[in-house]
Amino acid sequence: MSALQHAHTVAGLPTPHFETLDAGTAGEIEAIAARIIPSTGGAGAREAGVIYFIDRALSTFAADDRETYRTGMAQLQQKRTELFPNSTTISSLTGEQQTTLIRAIEMSSFFDLLRTHTVLGFLGNPSYGGNRGESGWKQIGFEDQMAYQPPFGYYDAQGEEEKK
Amino acid sequence: MSGVAFLPTDAVDFLVLGAGAAGGIVAKELATAGFRVVVLEQGPYLHEGDYSHDEIKYTFQPGLTNDPKVQPITYRKSDADRARPMKAIEYGRQVGGGSVHFTANYWRFYESDFREHSLCGEVSGADLRDWPIAYADLEPYYTKAEYELGISGLAGANPFEAPRSKPYPLPPMPVKSSGVLFDRATKKLGLHPFPAPVAILSEPYQGRAPSVNCGFCESFGCEMRAKSSTLVSVIPQAERTGRCEIRPECYVRKIELDDAGRATGAIYFDRNRREIFQRAKAVFVCANGVETPKLLLMSKSKRFPEGLANSSGLVGKYLMWDNGGEALGLFEHPLNEYKGIQVTRLIHDYYASDPKRGFYGGGGIDARFDFYPAGFALSGLPPDTPRWGSEFKRTFATYFNRTMMLMAHTTSLAQAKNTVSLDPDVKDAWGLPAVRITSDYHPDDVATMKWMTAKQIEILEAAGALKTWSQPYDVVSNMPSRHLMGTCRMGNDPGTSVVNAYSRTHDVPNLFLVDGSNFVTSGRQQPTATIQALAYRAADYAVRAARRGDLS
Repeated sequence: MSALQHAHTVAGLPTPHFETLDAGTAGEIEAIAARIIPSTGGAGAREAGVIYFIDRALSTFAADDRETYRTGMAQLQQKRTELFPNSTTISSLTGEQQTTLIRAIEMSSFFDLLRTHTVLGFLGNPSYGGNRGESGWKQIGFEDQMAYQPPFGYYDAQGEEEKK
Repeated sequence: MSGVAFLPTDAVDFLVLGAGAAGGIVAKELATAGFRVVVLEQGPYLHEGDYSHDEIKYTFQPGLTNDPKVQPITYRKSDADRARPMKAIEYGRQVGGGSVHFTANYWRFYESDFREHSLCGEVSGADLRDWPIAYADLEPYYTKAEYELGISGLAGANPFEAPRSKPYPLPPMPVKSSGVLFDRATKKLGLHPFPAPVAILSEPYQGRAPSVNCGFCESFGCEMRAKSSTLVSVIPQAERTGRCEIRPECYVRKIELDDAGRATGAIYFDRNRREIFQRAKAVFVCANGVETPKLLLMSKSKRFPEGLANSSGLVGKYLMWDNGGEALGLFEHPLNEYKGIQVTRLIHDYYASDPKRGFYGGGGIDARFDFYPAGFALSGLPPDTPRWGSEFKRTFATYFNRTMMLMAHTTSLAQAKNTVSLDPDVKDAWGLPAVRITSDYHPDDVATMKWMTAKQIEILEAAGALKTWSQPYDVVSNMPSRHLMGTCRMGNDPGTSVVNAYSRTHDVPNLFLVDGSNFVTSGRQQPTATIQALAYRAADYAVRAARRGDLS
C-alpha cells in the first residue's frame, strides 16, 4: 500500500485506485519519484500524490509512454539486482542504496521522462491527480488566483514607495 | 459563431485561408467593405470559456498549437542530412491563430528594417535585401492595427522610435519587479528602457475589460478577453457584417486554378474529412510562414509544376528563425514574477546593426519571466543545479519567486538554404506530405546572440543579481521556432520574389499571400505588428483592385 493510500485509509477516505499501474509497480515508481523530489523541508512527491498523476498520465495524454515505463522499470530492477543482489524491491532499499541506483541510471531517457512526470505531478494543475492540496505550489510560493493587483513583488512595491 | 453560411458552389468574393493574426484582419476589412467572405481555418473555434490556467495542457501538450502527432514535421540542418521527425516549428492552430496564445509583444519595425541591404551591404552566405516598401508606407496601417486591436504602450518613451502619427490608444501595463530592476540597471548603464508595447488592454476598450494581471499570457488563451487577439477584436466585427463566414476545422490541401491561370477556390477536408471545393473569385492565403508555402507547394498544376505562384522557385526559401537568447538572474527579495503579464520593460539600444561589432545583426532585450511552475523547475534553473534530490527541490522552491529573465530577440538572416519543403516520405493524418524544415544559423546570427548574451548578463549584474546564468543556444535548443518568416518574400522583381509590394503574387493576379512569409528581413523578431500592418495594407489594396474589377 502506498503512503497516500495508507493515509486515506487512516482518514477513512475512499482509497485512490490505479488505472494503469499495478500497485507493486506504483510503489516502485513512487520510491524513485520520492528521491527526485524528496520530503525534506516540506511536502515532496509522495505527499503530493505524484504517483497518482503518473498513473493518470499513462492512462490519458501520456499513454504512448507506457512502453518506456515498462522497459525502463525492467532495466531499473535488473540494475538493482546487479548492484544489490540480496534486495527484493527498490522501495525496500536504504536511502543510500536508492541514491546509488539512481546515479547509475540518471542519464537514461527513462529517467528524464520520470523526472519530467514527477515535476509535472508535483507542480502541475491538481486536476491531474498530483499536487494534492496544492502542496507543490505551496513549496514554491505560487498562489493560484484569477487576478492580482500591483505591486506584485518587493521591487515594484519599493518603486511605488520611491514615487511617493 | 457565424450567422451567415455560404454554399461551396457559390463563388464568394474572397476566400481567406487561415483565421489568424493576418487572416482575421483581412476578413474583417473585406467584409466591412461589402464583399462576401469565407474563412477556412484548420483549428477549432474556441472562446474565452474554453481556456484555463492549465500548464500541462498548454505548455506540455499542443493545447492551442499544431500537434505533431497528427501533423508531423521533419527537420534537418542541411540538404546533406536526412530529415527526422521533430517539432521544429509551432503555430497557433485555432480561430485567432497565434494572436490568441502569443506573449503579446507588439513592436513596430524601424525605418532601417526595410532597407538593411542599403545600410549594411552584402552579407556573405545570406541574401540580405531591401523591402520594396518603406516604413512610411506601413505607418498608417501600424496605427490602424494598434487602434482596432487595442495596444497598450507609451509613445515617445523609446528615444529611437520611428515617427508615429498617433500615440498608443491605451497607457502601458503596470510595471513588475523585473521591469523596475531592469529600469534601474539599464539607466545606470546609460541605456534607454521603455514600457513594453503589448496587445493587452490596460484599460477598458471597445467593450472589453482590461487585464487582471493573472500572468497566464504566453502560450495561453485569455479567459478575460483582455489579450487583443483577432479572435476577440476584428473577427467578431467581420461576422457582424453578415457577409463573413468563419469555417473552423477545415484543412486545405490545394488551391485550384482555371485555364486562364486564375485561382478559383480551394479544396479542403472538413471536420469529417470529407473533401469540399469552395469556389471564390479571389484567394488570400494567411496560413503562416510555414503553412502558406506548404500549401503552395502542394498546389501543383500544369502551369505551375513546382507549386503555385512559384515561377521564381523561391516559394519556401529564406525561412527565418525565432532567434534569441535567455539570461536569468536570482535576486535577494521576492519578485513574484508569475503575477502580471510577461514583459513590462525593454530596450532597443542594440537594435541597429553596427559594423563596429564585426558582424551583421542586432536585437532588443526585454525583462520578463515566462515560466510557469513545472516549466521553471524543469528548464529554468542554473545549469549546475542537481537534477534531482533535496538540492534540486530546494533550488526550484527558493528560486521560483526570486528569478527574472532577460530575453534577447535577435536577427535571423535570410539564407536560400533554409527552407520549407514537402517531406518525400512522411505523411500527416490526412495523407498529405509532412512539412520538412531545413534550417541552420548563419554565423552572424550566432555572433549576434553571443554578443547580446554578454549584454544581458551585464544588465542583470547591474541590477544586483546574486547569481546569473544563461541558457545554451543552438538551432535545435531554440526549437520550436514560433516566428515563421520569409518563405514567400516580397519584392518588385518577379524573378527574385513571390509577392509584390501589396502581398499579391506576381504569378496569379487574384491570389494574395499575407503573413510572416512576406518578410524580406526578420526585424528583431516580434513580427506580429508588422504581419498585421501588412494585412491591413494588402486588404486595402485588394478592396480597391476588386472595386475596379481588377481581380475577376
